[in-house]
Amino acid sequence: MLGLNRKDTAILLVVAALAIFAPIILNLFPARSELAFFNAGYPDLMQRFVIFGIFAIGFNILFGLTGYLSFGHAAFLGVGSYAAVWMFKLLNYNVVPAILLSIVVAGLFSVVIGWISLRRSGIYFSILTLAFAEMSYRLAYSVLTPLTNGETGLQVYTDDPQVLMQAGGHIVPHLFGLEMRAREVIDVGPWQFVFPVGYYLCAILMLVSFYISIRIFRSPFGLMLRAIKSNQTRMTYTGLNPKPYTLAAFVISGMYAGLAGGLLASMDPLAGAERMQWTASGEVVIMTILGGAGTLIGPILGAGTIKYLENVFSKMNEGLLHKWFAFLPDWVESPVIWVVSKFTGEGWHLMLGGLFMLVIIALPGGLVEGGQRIMRLFGRKPKAETRTSTEPAE
Amino acid sequence: MGILEVKNVNKRFGGLKALSEVNLSIAENSVHAIIGPNGAGKSTLLNVLVGKLIPDTGSVLFDGQSVLGRTPYEINQMGISRVFQTPEIFGDLSVMENMMIACFAKRDGAFTMQAIGSMMKERDIVEKAEQMLDSMNLADKRGMHSASMSRGDKRRLEIAMCLAQEPRLLLLDEPTAGMARADTNNTIDLLKKIKQDRDITIAIIEHDMHVVFSLAERITVLAQGTPLVEDTPENIKGHPKVREAYLGETQVAA
Ligand SMILES: Nc1ncnc2c1ncn2[C@@H]1O[C@H](COP(=O)(O)OP(=O)(O)O)[C@@H](O)[C@H]1O
Ligand SMILES: [Mg+2]
Repeated sequence: MLGLNRKDTAILLVVAALAIFAPIILNLFPARSELAFFNAGYPDLMQRFVIFGIFAIGFNILFGLTGYLSFGHAAFLGVGSYAAVWMFKLLNYNVVPAILLSIVVAGLFSVVIGWISLRRSGIYFSILTLAFAEMSYRLAYSVLTPLTNGETGLQVYTDDPQVLMQAGGHIVPHLFGLEMRAREVIDVGPWQFVFPVGYYLCAILMLVSFYISIRIFRSPFGLMLRAIKSNQTRMTYTGLNPKPYTLAAFVISGMYAGLAGGLLASMDPLAGAERMQWTASGEVVIMTILGGAGTLIGPILGAGTIKYLENVFSKMNEGLLHKWFAFLPDWVESPVIWVVSKFTGEGWHLMLGGLFMLVIIALPGGLVEGGQRIMRLFGRKPKAETRTSTEPAE
Repeated sequence: MGILEVKNVNKRFGGLKALSEVNLSIAENSVHAIIGPNGAGKSTLLNVLVGKLIPDTGSVLFDGQSVLGRTPYEINQMGISRVFQTPEIFGDLSVMENMMIACFAKRDGAFTMQAIGSMMKERDIVEKAEQMLDSMNLADKRGMHSASMSRGDKRRLEIAMCLAQEPRLLLLDEPTAGMARADTNNTIDLLKKIKQDRDITIAIIEHDMHVVFSLAERITVLAQGTPLVEDTPENIKGHPKVREAYLGETQVAA
């Protein structure tokens, strides 16, 4: 289907089904039950799942295929957000020009940063990208405040030009009149499901992004990217120039990041420099590795897992912990809560760090490898990893 | 004039003169061996030919065109392919993918952006790759992870990849180093067959006299960075200067 072989079509369909039914799948627990705490079917969170999914899918094209580890991709995300908000300020709240410009600007930005950073490889490449992103972050707070509005963050004001704005036009982001924040709420008995417009726009773009990434993985270009990761010496002595291939991968992944940034701004028309901070760049690295770098579906799994855990663990406050551990005798309860509280709420990054270490040590291939091991336990022989397979196309 | 003309090439590493006044002419469609003791400068000379090293002085012409100042991939696209002392292949990829990369490099050049179409739908590439694997007896290893092959198979895959590029000059750096006698003989037969089947010039750096005398039509003896003599295998065997400088009586007998 769509020029994909049977296995890739199956993967695409599974991801599509998950995305379409996410509002139901993620709200498994009745709205007023104790366990509703673990629900994730809120517009805000679902949007983050797919937006960061896009970010990680793009990052995987660079890191997963070529092995070049960029520590500065959040810069492109941030630039995309600024570009989108500028479109809202100058034209109107329609998200189409905003999203298009965020992709284009991030693409141009990544041509420059990629062209310079790719003069080096390995750790020096990583450091160069990190330095560029950090510079962008600092510049956003200083020299570039006319463009970024500094610490306040870039937002739309009533006296902005908005030249395409008509009287009585929408004052929130919309797709040709369909407001992003609009939603359908459906109650089924004690369950409640929310179907937000913004989420579905992001989900569709995530599916398109994912489809393009599958095509790239299976293309001659994708093969060359894997050749770069495998052996650059053999590559140059086979008459191939690795440079433009790596730069193309860098720019493509930068455009994915720009799209993600544009979507963040389209869901909430605000852009701040903190989106470019190195922690944000590190997060997409962790997502990709946690899910399984170089696999098709890994980055989506990684992004979903991290955003879900972030939500659950950062919501856990001491009051909640007291309620949960009330069954313990007092002298056990206090130390237990003391320890657990260090890993939850504000301290959830501690939890994330621990989880990341556990995966790297026990499951270097990420969640995808974990899934494959489980399949093998149940006696099913999964086909070779997506990473190295060359199934004939149909 | 030969297909490859090396004139007055000098290369220093700090105080060490690795190549001094090297002159070498390799005739088209010949098998030319370069021999010499360890440290004679054989690998250095090869690295100059493929663009990995730039000589201090001198010129290198391939088919009348200078290769100096060109990058390795440009020189490769001119028609010079290189087989390494330890096989360099794409270890993370399957045997078939390795072959396909070489076929793409031949058909599309150093860089083309084909990011959407499926590589398995490139019928001409798939067919050529399969045919090359077949001719090297690697067809049954098609889907194998190439890093997990035996050393001999890796060597054959590397040679197959070079041949898929249809080079005019094939350079081999000690292709039988570290091989058992049986594998060495297989490699000799393979190279003979390669030579028989097509118009190709082969330049081979070798330590193993058995290999050299089975294959070469001309031999250049390199010692301390300078060509000592160049002649046919028969004459080299009997050459007193060569015996004294390099071969040693026992090895010639073998
Ligand atoms: N990159 C280098 N830097 C410094 N010295 C080198 C380098 N490459 C080779 N040499 C020296 O040049 C001489 C010739 O080396 P090489 O060409 O590898 O000899 P061969 O291949 O004939 O054994 C040796 O003395 C070696 O130590
Ligand atoms: Mg050597």
